[in-house]
Amino acid sequence: MARSFYPIENFAPAPQQVSLLPFRFTRFFGQELLVNEAGEFIFAPEGTAYSLLEGAVDVRSLLYKDLKAKHIVYDETSSALLDVLATKIRTKYDHLSGGTKLHIFVVTLRCEHSCHYCQVSRQTASKGEFDMSRETADRSISLMLDSPSPHVTLELQGGEPLLAFDMIQYIVPKAKEQARIRNKGLDIVVTTNLACATDEMLTYFRDEEVRISTSLDGPAFLHNKNRPRPGNDSYERAIDGIERGRAILGHSNVAALMTTTAASLDHVEEIIDEYVRRDFHTIFLRPISPYGFALKTKNRTGYEMERFLEFYKQGLAHILNINRSGYRLAEIYSQILLSKILTPQGTGYVDLQSPAGGAWNVLVYNYNGDVFASDESRMLAEMQDWTFRLGNVHKDNRRSLFTSEAALRMFEVSCNQSLAGCSDCAFQSYCGADPIYHHATQGDMYGHRPTSGFCTRNMEVIKHLFSFIQEDNPETMGIFWSWLTGRPLPQKGGTCD
Amino acid sequence: MRLTTAGSARNIEEAIVGRITTQNLPDATRGQYIRFFAEGEAPILDFAGYRAILSHADLATDYPVVDRLRESEHFRDGDVVVVERDGFVRSLYRSYERHHSLFVTERCSSNCLMCSQPPKDKDDVESLTKRNQELIRLMSPAPEYLTITGGEPTLLGDHLFELIDQLKTSLPNTELHMLTNGRTFAWPEYTRQFAAIEHPNLCLGVPLYSDCAGDHDYVVQAKGAFDQTVAGLHQAARNGIRVEVRVVLHRLTIPRLTRLVEYIYRNLSFVEHVALMGLEYVGYTPRNIAELWIDPFDYQAELERAVNYLVMRNMTVSIYNHQLCVLRQSLWPYAQKSISDWKNLYLTECEKCSALEDCGGLFKWAVKKHSEHIHPL
Repeated sequence: MARSFYPIENFAPAPQQVSLLPFRFTRFFGQELLVNEAGEFIFAPEGTAYSLLEGAVDVRSLLYKDLKAKHIVYDETSSALLDVLATKIRTKYDHLSGGTKLHIFVVTLRCEHSCHYCQVSRQTASKGEFDMSRETADRSISLMLDSPSPHVTLELQGGEPLLAFDMIQYIVPKAKEQARIRNKGLDIVVTTNLACATDEMLTYFRDEEVRISTSLDGPAFLHNKNRPRPGNDSYERAIDGIERGRAILGHSNVAALMTTTAASLDHVEEIIDEYVRRDFHTIFLRPISPYGFALKTKNRTGYEMERFLEFYKQGLAHILNINRSGYRLAEIYSQILLSKILTPQGTGYVDLQSPAGGAWNVLVYNYNGDVFASDESRMLAEMQDWTFRLGNVHKDNRRSLFTSEAALRMFEVSCNQSLAGCSDCAFQSYCGADPIYHHATQGDMYGHRPTSGFCTRNMEVIKHLFSFIQEDNPETMGIFWSWLTGRPLPQKGGTCD
Repeated sequence: MRLTTAGSARNIEEAIVGRITTQNLPDATRGQYIRFFAEGEAPILDFAGYRAILSHADLATDYPVVDRLRESEHFRDGDVVVVERDGFVRSLYRSYERHHSLFVTERCSSNCLMCSQPPKDKDDVESLTKRNQELIRLMSPAPEYLTITGGEPTLLGDHLFELIDQLKTSLPNTELHMLTNGRTFAWPEYTRQFAAIEHPNLCLGVPLYSDCAGDHDYVVQAKGAFDQTVAGLHQAARNGIRVEVRVVLHRLTIPRLTRLVEYIYRNLSFVEHVALMGLEYVGYTPRNIAELWIDPFDYQAELERAVNYLVMRNMTVSIYNHQLCVLRQSLWPYAQKSISDWKNLYLTECEKCSALEDCGGLFKWAVKKHSEHIHPL
């Protein structure tokens, strides 16, 4: 007995049953960009948002089907799938559920460099005065492992942490032992300029599976200008340390970061070429932090955000050309934002979070036991601004740190969903809130978006990336996806999209 | 390869499942067997202990028998067959083949426009379950892969749980693939029960035909099916059940194909495999062919776009039921030889083709309708 078939009209929604889901939108180069609550977007004709509000979009049109599939509208034929939208939003915020993952230990403030943009170095200090004590290290390790996160990262920082190598040798085994007892995963990274790294130290890091993160600001003339030290040989020592570090620890266990100073601005291609010459496959075009000594020495190192954005765009164009020639080089900030825009996952990147990453994603344990909401908070404290000191490891526990006056004041303005200038911004779900930045630059945690360097930078970078997405050049998108997945670069003339 | 034959049946009260033998087995070991006498062979009238007798020649006996068999060249010793009361003999398991399936019901909650196995509203659950329980007992050597199919398997209710549990115990190393419309899995309690069986090696194959509810519901001819299927996929994933999404390519699914895979990536990123499948000219398809047909040659751009979209995002994708000569060469790495041996054939012009070894060929019913662009390479 054959059954009968019903015509397609039987399965279409009735126009009066269309409802809107939360979305934000903006005009974008001749189109309208609509973004839903989970960060999914659609390029639509200008006026689409208005038509939706007027109920004037035809339910039989292709545009309507697109908007429905993107969770911008819903109707009687798919209302139950609100659960799916909820799941997508939850996935985007998944990194919050585990608790603080990154824990930075400032093992010493001493450093043999005197970088203009540094906040905290103490070249003249005698050993001991600015080093972390064993008691402070013990308490910090304990607090770190009190985080509900099943897997934490311990970053050993300074000053120059290798100047307190004995302290590192104390902390590493201790942290591993405690992590094992508490059944937690532990990664350890040491942030060092490598100038004083001996083969013995590097061998120790290899044996203890400690990864290295170092600084490389560009070619010799620029690096040595940005990073003065006695003998003016910071670059030579860094390169030597990178080569030896790779030989001993393995290529992938040595990473490098750069900082953009005023002196860097005219040399973006040379900086990038230096990374390629040194066989790095990632580069992070980072603006200088407006904190600590960097703020004080603004005339020497600082610049307007607009000037940085020119630098960034020129750099990204150069990086894309390098990828087109077959050398895989990912720009980390673009990669983070593209991941937020193009994938269902969120990212744990501290500086681009809502709620803001301070405390939730990172905690900093200073040499003297003070606990800060971020590395930038500690830099402010070096300038006698204690706003973001949450407490001290010798007096506080996790609960009292997170319920301190300092923490609560900060948390109140940590969600861009509720900040003027952010709450209706089309790019909100890709961006973050940064009370520490706004406190430092504007004297007000809440911040004023129209004059905020944070807002200027992120709006412009996100728009720049969206212009590539709108253009939808298969080769460019293939390069971006290669950054996101680790897949090989698209072949020349490939038709990926 | 032939799957069925028939003859005239006597003394059969209910369907008999058994293993074919052409040997005169010792009495004590006959219990699982159906004695088969090939064409020209003179039956030895020693039938005690066999489950049934199959014969070309006329046979006067009180034992369960199907004689005057029309065809039988396809029988091999060890094949598992079911002998129906009306003299119909169907091969259920042939260990030397690549594809094996367990057909569990003809009932279905959907009524897809291109269904290759149109559903029937009859209650076959008890009888087929019994048959399949016996079949599983006789599956030897154990198959590497086994597809549970129908109809809609979840309509078996508790019997499905029993079957999977039996498979878990008696064929623990066999990888199960269950073809289901996924709608029943929208019920959290059902999915919890299903997951509680903890079969170590099971994946659901669930069809999804559009990113847009109304379009999917039209193809499967059931209002609300899209919601149930997507919710079912989420429930399955939440309970640790592996899932594959299957898309049949035709004139109704091609236009939104890239949007569909985009939907899968953003909303169902947990699916471990996406199968993009050619249309089979069988079942309901001939009836709806005017609405469904598009020559595969004419959708290569859309197919390539969709495959690249998934590959670039590190999702695993395969193309089923397509001939290499019709596929763009960039898609060849994703083409699988997916057509079961017994439904598979090649055309005359295929004999001259240099890529024949790597090509999955056609469904045997594609003789009546296939791409205009099939040619030797």
